[in-house]
Amino acid sequence: MSDHRPTGIKRWLYTTNHKDIGTMYLWFSFIMFLTGGAMAMVIRAELYQPGLQFVEPGFFNQMTTMHGLIMVFGAVMPSMVGLANWLIPMQIGAPDMALPRMNNWSFWILPFAFTLLLSSLFMEGGAPNFGWTFYAPLSTTYAPPSTDFFILGVHMMGISSIMGAINVIVTIFNMRAPGMTLMKMPLFVWTWLITAFLLIMVMPVLAGVVTMMLTDRHFGTAFFDAAGGGDPVMFQHIFWFFGHPEVYIMVLPAFGVVSEIIPAFSRKKLFGYSSMVYATASIALLSFIVWAHHMFAVGMPVAGELFFMIATMLIAVPTGVKVFNWIATMWQGSLTFETPMLFSIAFVILFTIGGFSGVMLAMAPVDFQYHDTYFVVAHFHYVLFPGAIFGTTAAVYYWFPKWTGKMYNETIGKWHFWLSMVFVNLTFFPMHFSGLAGMPRRIPDYNMMFADYNMWASIGAFGLGLTQVFFFVTIIMAIRNGKKADEKQWDGATGLEWDAMPTPAPYHSFSTPPKVD
Amino acid sequence: MAIRRKLIAGITSLLSLMLGGAVQAASKLNMRPGVTETSIEAFELHMMVVWVMVAISVVVFGVMIYSFIFHRRSKHPTPATFSHSTKMEVIWTVIPVIILVYLTIPAVSLLIKMEDASNSEISVQVTGSQWKWHYKYLEGDIIKNEISFYSNLSTPREQYENYATSGAADNVNYLLEVDNHLVIPVDTKVRFLVTADDVIHSWWVPELAVKKDAIPGFINETWTSVPIPGIYRGQCTELCGKDHGFMPVVVEVLTKPDFDKWLAGKAEEKRVADKAAADAASQNWDMAKLMTLGETIYASKCAACHQVNGEGLPPVFPALKDSAIAKGPADVHINMVVNGKQGTGMAAYGAQLTDAEMAAVITYERNAWGNNTGDTVQPADIQAFKAGN
Repeated sequence: MSDHRPTGIKRWLYTTNHKDIGTMYLWFSFIMFLTGGAMAMVIRAELYQPGLQFVEPGFFNQMTTMHGLIMVFGAVMPSMVGLANWLIPMQIGAPDMALPRMNNWSFWILPFAFTLLLSSLFMEGGAPNFGWTFYAPLSTTYAPPSTDFFILGVHMMGISSIMGAINVIVTIFNMRAPGMTLMKMPLFVWTWLITAFLLIMVMPVLAGVVTMMLTDRHFGTAFFDAAGGGDPVMFQHIFWFFGHPEVYIMVLPAFGVVSEIIPAFSRKKLFGYSSMVYATASIALLSFIVWAHHMFAVGMPVAGELFFMIATMLIAVPTGVKVFNWIATMWQGSLTFETPMLFSIAFVILFTIGGFSGVMLAMAPVDFQYHDTYFVVAHFHYVLFPGAIFGTTAAVYYWFPKWTGKMYNETIGKWHFWLSMVFVNLTFFPMHFSGLAGMPRRIPDYNMMFADYNMWASIGAFGLGLTQVFFFVTIIMAIRNGKKADEKQWDGATGLEWDAMPTPAPYHSFSTPPKVD
Repeated sequence: MAIRRKLIAGITSLLSLMLGGAVQAASKLNMRPGVTETSIEAFELHMMVVWVMVAISVVVFGVMIYSFIFHRRSKHPTPATFSHSTKMEVIWTVIPVIILVYLTIPAVSLLIKMEDASNSEISVQVTGSQWKWHYKYLEGDIIKNEISFYSNLSTPREQYENYATSGAADNVNYLLEVDNHLVIPVDTKVRFLVTADDVIHSWWVPELAVKKDAIPGFINETWTSVPIPGIYRGQCTELCGKDHGFMPVVVEVLTKPDFDKWLAGKAEEKRVADKAAADAASQNWDMAKLMTLGETIYASKCAACHQVNGEGLPPVFPALKDSAIAKGPADVHINMVVNGKQGTGMAAYGAQLTDAEMAAVITYERNAWGNNTGDTVQPADIQAFKAGN
């Protein structure tokens, strides 16, 4: 069967195929991951020992800012959209995404958005230097001229995300194979459906806040300037109303991924499917009423602090349900530990550790001691690196044979896992201690008492960085010279993509809808 | 027998050494309990949560590890087929709720206590600006003396730029030391009114468990009461621009008699300084003297942004070398230094420097780096400018 597609560069520029677009998203996010990672290496090199050795404090701030922005908007979010593109049509029995031309556009915006953002590094006055949270007035009145490029870049990323989210929702609601009721959908599809709604709710809020910054900077408004009747704290309220759901946007699809992988390698059905769906939905709903736990030190009324403290602690309940369900899935299964399973198990353990520090941070009176220290840095890297990134990595290993018809080298995959596992902990665990000892975040230099932890974290970070290069080589090797994969590579895998589709997956997914019972 | 005794003694001392090391290491690994009632309670709450989390980890990860060992395919070839259990699901929803309630109760009462700044005996206004703190005493006799001062990092630039060769490693208070400590009396409820001049800063002293954002245009309230005299160090904890890492907080707690002595000393110091400044201002200074003093002031107040070579970090921190202001009319230049520039990092130095210091630094800027205007600005010029305003 011919696929009627252009070849060469035109195939990628003009494509409306969900697999091609998914592939581009994944490669784009990997390039951004290495770019943001290189910035992390600069940060860790400077912090390897006390004193200013490599960079000026001003450039250090540009690195922390750009590292955060690129990892959040360039690496994690596009990687999740890439997985959605590849998997959702295959998992619900659809021929493609519902809005294929928009799909093309939502991807092709991203390289331009990130070119704008990255170009600011070469401008007079340097790149944005106010942290990825860009608190006003540091990001308005006191910001470098390149901030306008940042604002336009964020707008473009927002448009891309919203279009991606609309596409996911329309696809899931309209293109399921007959018999695929909502409560039969694979959990990855469910978590993405919920994520897509979060995106549509909060990306416009982000667009709003950067627009207010723009008018404060150039058109004489004073939204965030007390001298004109505005309020810098209002910036934080608006930002975190976007920002807190955003952290779940980054991790919910990874929940979906491990909910597919753990049952496959336990050779047992996912435990508590419906409670998984309800728990994901509760986490999403709660994420809208907890934003101010990022702001306990701004001087809120006690009643507000109490509300946000208690609401935040409640998130532990549905999150706990998910963790217990994953463990119950493994319980009395017939476990094997291939690379995707190893990454998924590490996800569960390390994400839970990040959850523990999350409960600690939620407790306002103690949060005054943790807030804006390395304890927070440790916390969110534990939920993002072994969370979002291990989740994506597990997904790539798990579906790689289905996508390409080739098999990666299992020994090398395990090496990748164990090196990542050791270095991720070596990098981020000591940050708990430097934070508790009193080291603030976003500082380029520090007192001797923080030196040991920083040295360990830097050594870990260099190892972790090299390990990702190793991942790149592994994937390239598998694409070029991988052994032919089995028709069904994982005996425990279930779902339409494994049971109703040949390997490798054909260019067009289901032309006629599969049968779902 | 003797050998055995020696052996036992040796082992015991080795063990106690190791144990001592572990205890010391543990104290470095954890939050410091601090010295105030609230900081100790926060520490206890922190420890309580840590132990609850450790207990949960042991159970949860224990079950997982058991499953890895005994439910692997080689040991357990036929998987079970169950996929839900309402009883279990209710149990693991209810138990976390109970644990959270158990944690919330002490947290609520501590939070309410920490946020109650009423019945304070002394109030101090704390103002953050790029990149230093300013303290002003607000109540009782203290206000009559108008005690207020800036608190700048006192670790020399040389030490952080050349850490290895400048002996910075021997400086235990590296980056945690300032020229003027905030001084408060022991066992006294001190209220801090925290605000900022430019961007958001955050005032944190870990051992007092006080952290409050300093927000331009708004005043936040927090408090402490320290039972033990001593020096307590902290840092700015909200990213506030280039030198965010270089604006520490140092609080010195004195006994009440010592505090009164300090107050009297401060008042006397202010009287002497005012007189000296007036004397200096009444003189006519020659170029060499102005340039010498100017260079010192420039290095401590200006060089962080405008750089030692006067070339700045444009466009945010403009160059002074060959600049229109430094080579143009003196009045415009004086105005910039006295009043600052709204909406930029350029602070108003009118209240931070004496007239003589101001005259010296302006003269320096007008003649250094090849600016060579040949102008001298006299303290009298500054006084005339201020009077004219």
